[in-house]
Amino acid sequence: MATPTSTTAADTPAAVPVPRRVGAVTATTPRGGADRPNYLGGLTSFLWLGIIIIPVYWVVITSFKPQSAYYTSNPMLPSTPTLENYQSVIEADFLMYFLNSVIVTVGATVPAVLLSFMAAFAIVRGGRGRFLRFSNTVFLMGLACPTQAVIIPVYLIIIRLSLYDSHLALILPSIAFAIPLSVLILANFIRDVPNELFESMRMDGASEWGTMWRLAFPLTQPALITVSIYQGLQVWNSFLLPLVLTQSQEMRVLPLALWAFQGEYGINVPAVLASVVLATLPILALYVVGRRHLLAGMTAGFSK
Amino acid sequence: MTSGSVGARQQGSLSWLVLPALVLFTAFGVIPLIGVLVLSFTSWNGIGEITLIGFGNWVSVLADPALVHSLGVTFLIMALSWAVQTPLSILVGVFIAGQQRYRAVLAVLYFTPLLLSSAAIAITYKALLDPNFGLGASLGIPFLVQNWLGDPVLAIATVVFVVSWQFIPFHSLIYQGAVRQIPASLYEAARIDGAGRVRQFFSITLPQLKYTLITSSTLMVAGSMAFFDLIFVLTVGGPSDATRVLALDMYLRGFRGNMMGPASVIALIIVVVAVLLAMGIQRLGGKDAGESQLEGA
Repeated sequence: MATPTSTTAADTPAAVPVPRRVGAVTATTPRGGADRPNYLGGLTSFLWLGIIIIPVYWVVITSFKPQSAYYTSNPMLPSTPTLENYQSVIEADFLMYFLNSVIVTVGATVPAVLLSFMAAFAIVRGGRGRFLRFSNTVFLMGLACPTQAVIIPVYLIIIRLSLYDSHLALILPSIAFAIPLSVLILANFIRDVPNELFESMRMDGASEWGTMWRLAFPLTQPALITVSIYQGLQVWNSFLLPLVLTQSQEMRVLPLALWAFQGEYGINVPAVLASVVLATLPILALYVVGRRHLLAGMTAGFSK
Repeated sequence: MTSGSVGARQQGSLSWLVLPALVLFTAFGVIPLIGVLVLSFTSWNGIGEITLIGFGNWVSVLADPALVHSLGVTFLIMALSWAVQTPLSILVGVFIAGQQRYRAVLAVLYFTPLLLSSAAIAITYKALLDPNFGLGASLGIPFLVQNWLGDPVLAIATVVFVVSWQFIPFHSLIYQGAVRQIPASLYEAARIDGAGRVRQFFSITLPQLKYTLITSSTLMVAGSMAFFDLIFVLTVGGPSDATRVLALDMYLRGFRGNMMGPASVIALIIVVVAVLLAMGIQRLGGKDAGESQLEGA
């Protein structure tokens, strides 16, 4: 695996298709300029960087090539750039799939986070109630159970509720699967809110409901953003749930559409890769706007 | 630290707040988990009647050599991807945790695989590894021109590679965060004692990363029990079932083979194995928990 990396690594940094300043800095940085050089770590890191960047770079430039140039041109160089692949992807109902993904992602993430927040607030503030402790235990046990393992009964339930092949078929289970981890993270955060603040709200005559939204909610905001991003990504990228619970083209979400697209247009590699790029753009935009939040969201609950 | 009197006074009025979440999770989490157990004792083709048949599915699945094969493939991919990902993630994580500015810039590039869905990654690699029209073929690099997804051994290697490609950034991210929390004073003391770079790594960095190693390994193991999207799009379990991991086996039996009963048995095996493995890893690392200097960090 060292061969392709070493031959192409030299021209990768300058040609990297991600933010401008990034490429420039990488290219001019001396290797191992530190006082305590970490040769092994540095070498591995640069090798692995090549392995990561080369496919990404290849996807982006290939998606702009006409199909004819795909077989003839140098795969690592741009050639006769065209937007026709993107055009054909968009003409293949891409916007509808995109919209489906947005509806399902927003429709699942927002309620999931709000309901989890309410539950977490009750679990932390309601303290010793047997019912609340029982609920907490149920959520904690839910953490251990992989989604894949319950897909068959979920399919049965969705059929019996006559929800098969609808947005709700994806939204309801997605909310449910998001709850355990969200409650856990949010409860940990609400626990960190100083008790004096709750006391002073109570002195001012605020109800628990008011305290929850006007005190706990704003103070938990970083965690709410993190959890929303994490769960949003889970739903956005989810594949098995839509594969099992939807059927028609009208209900198709993006990951499923990519797969179907490859099945239909498999020979037209540039068009398939254009669909990959288009499906990733929203998350790339999120990465550019709020990298810190996004990365925190990805490791939600794991890095603490 | 809720004070007792306040908590007691409020619990009655707060309990209902947990209800919506509890109801939804019960409907689509708890009941299905019981449901999968019930369905494992029934015969159902996914559309028609569900009939109770007793232990038939269990007997046939447990006696089926295909189960042993799927378990073997799952564990093989799990072990190999752990062995590839862990050292690389630690090396990369330690490296990008450094203070130099260019490393932060590198980190931005490192995390690009995190932006892609498993389906997108699988589709990309399918095109990229194509022996006739892929990257290797058009660059003319003989090593890369192989039937990556058509040969049973190479297909396993490919799956392990693509899994690593997808998840090493995530685990590096966790290690990077953990390395940054190691007190600098430990390294200063080591340097005064004359410990070199390698010695510092093995005597300070690695022991301090113990809990991160456990977390990361648990996630890798639990994740590989649930591998579905990537392998489904990449190989559909092929060639000749070489990459048919448990989750894929469950899907193919249930939704392609219309045998929900045996598929439910597989689903339960996934749950049990996943929980046992997670508990095993936690125990492995939990034995001398008192020694950690990083507790609560």
